[in-house]
Amino acid sequence: MIEVIDLEKSFDSQKVLDGVNLTIFDKELMAIIGKSGGGKSVFLKHLIGLLKPDKGSVLVDGVDITRLGTKELDRIREKLGVVFQGGALFDSLTVYENVAFPLKEKTKVSKKEIQDRVMQALEDVGLWGMEKKYPAEISGGMKKRVALARALITEPQIVFFDEPTTGLDPIILNSIHRLIVDTHNKYGFTGVIISHDIPEIFDVADRIAMLHNGVIVEVGTPDEIKNSFNPIVRQFIIGMEVPSFKP
Amino acid sequence: MERLLRILGSWALSMIRRMGHMFTFLMNSFYFVFVPPFKFNLLLRQMRFFGNKSMAIILLTGSFTGMVLALQLYYTLRKFGSDALLGPAIALSLIRELGPVLSALMVTGRAGSALTAEIGIMRISEQIDALTAMALNPMRYLIVPNIVAAIMVFPLLAAIFDVIGIYGGYAIAVKLLGMSEGTYFSQMEVFVDMEDIMQGIYKSVSFGVIVSWVCCYKGFYTGYGAEGVSKATTEAVVMSSVLILIWDYFIGSVLL
Repeated sequence: MIEVIDLEKSFDSQKVLDGVNLTIFDKELMAIIGKSGGGKSVFLKHLIGLLKPDKGSVLVDGVDITRLGTKELDRIREKLGVVFQGGALFDSLTVYENVAFPLKEKTKVSKKEIQDRVMQALEDVGLWGMEKKYPAEISGGMKKRVALARALITEPQIVFFDEPTTGLDPIILNSIHRLIVDTHNKYGFTGVIISHDIPEIFDVADRIAMLHNGVIVEVGTPDEIKNSFNPIVRQFIIGMEVPSFKP
Repeated sequence: MERLLRILGSWALSMIRRMGHMFTFLMNSFYFVFVPPFKFNLLLRQMRFFGNKSMAIILLTGSFTGMVLALQLYYTLRKFGSDALLGPAIALSLIRELGPVLSALMVTGRAGSALTAEIGIMRISEQIDALTAMALNPMRYLIVPNIVAAIMVFPLLAAIFDVIGIYGGYAIAVKLLGMSEGTYFSQMEVFVDMEDIMQGIYKSVSFGVIVSWVCCYKGFYTGYGAEGVSKATTEAVVMSSVLILIWDYFIGSVLL
């Protein structure tokens, strides 16, 4: 379980997170929605421990990761998988090497087992036969699939998806969403998806939280969010500009 | 007046903060040099990156530096009737000074800039964050192999620069200006000591640390987007080059 308590973060004079409170339960798919530039990625980086908050806590299975040193934090990170916005694949490595990288570097499994697991992961994400390609030689959608395979290869307990469908056409977008749901069902991880894909995200997430002006303004199931009376949520869902007032 | 002092004070504090940050970065890197696991494959790759790929530019600049030295020194020494000392003059200039400095400047332009750009692009495309998120230390993967590779490769490149420069000088002095081959080389044996060679090696090693440190640091903490990487690359080359020349003076005055 992940518990975020009163999380605050500012960059210079700009307050990006202004007291975020959120609980993400084990094995659920939680989507964080909100307008672009609204602090969603900054929020995600706090959950991974890539940024330190000015105030507040992030509890992962009861451990406050904002107070941990690098070694203790790394132990927590071994439970995590992250699919970054652009994939963050290593340019100098092939698709196979990218997916195998966490296994090679973090575990002592045999070469044969690495090969079996990488090929299985590539098959799971529909990239069988692409293992010798370099990231520069594959499309944006394929990169996201490779990133997903890399994030899942160590069978993490929690997987973070930072806008996994940004810049993709509707067909690829839906296939990536399907892939997230299928892999979630297969591996049973806790998933946190940063997204602004409305209405597609309603079919993917178990629960949805809306982040607006640095605070969570609404949390609920997709149906609850769809039927919310909160004007900020309503305006976001129907695609109108949300005025910058606080709830 | 008070405002001016305030601006100066704020600038000085920011400079001290930045220098402290850079120094901590270097100390962190040195720490991981001695803490396993060691990444030998990455070290070999970076040695190739610094060494093999800089060879052409080192050969070209080394030979022309030796040729220019021979031409200029020949006419100067002849005025004093000391043209027999041309060989050692060229060798000493190259081994003690020009070899380490010019080869370091050349590698900065060729490999240092590419290194900053590569690490900078890894930063803005979240590849460095990806390493951290995998609980893998980016210093160990990206910085340490570069610093160790530079320490090992810079003296070798300077040595190649020296040898090519001496032969460039030989081509001009012996083949063009008609100096005796025996005089050119025998006088060199008399005047060049092991101490001179060691001075060149010490300089090259320290330049290797400076170039890899500055270029890695600038890439690692690059700004946003393509503009950030471009700015970091320019700053890395300028700062490395300036530091090479300043450090050359200090280390030279200590070693003399």
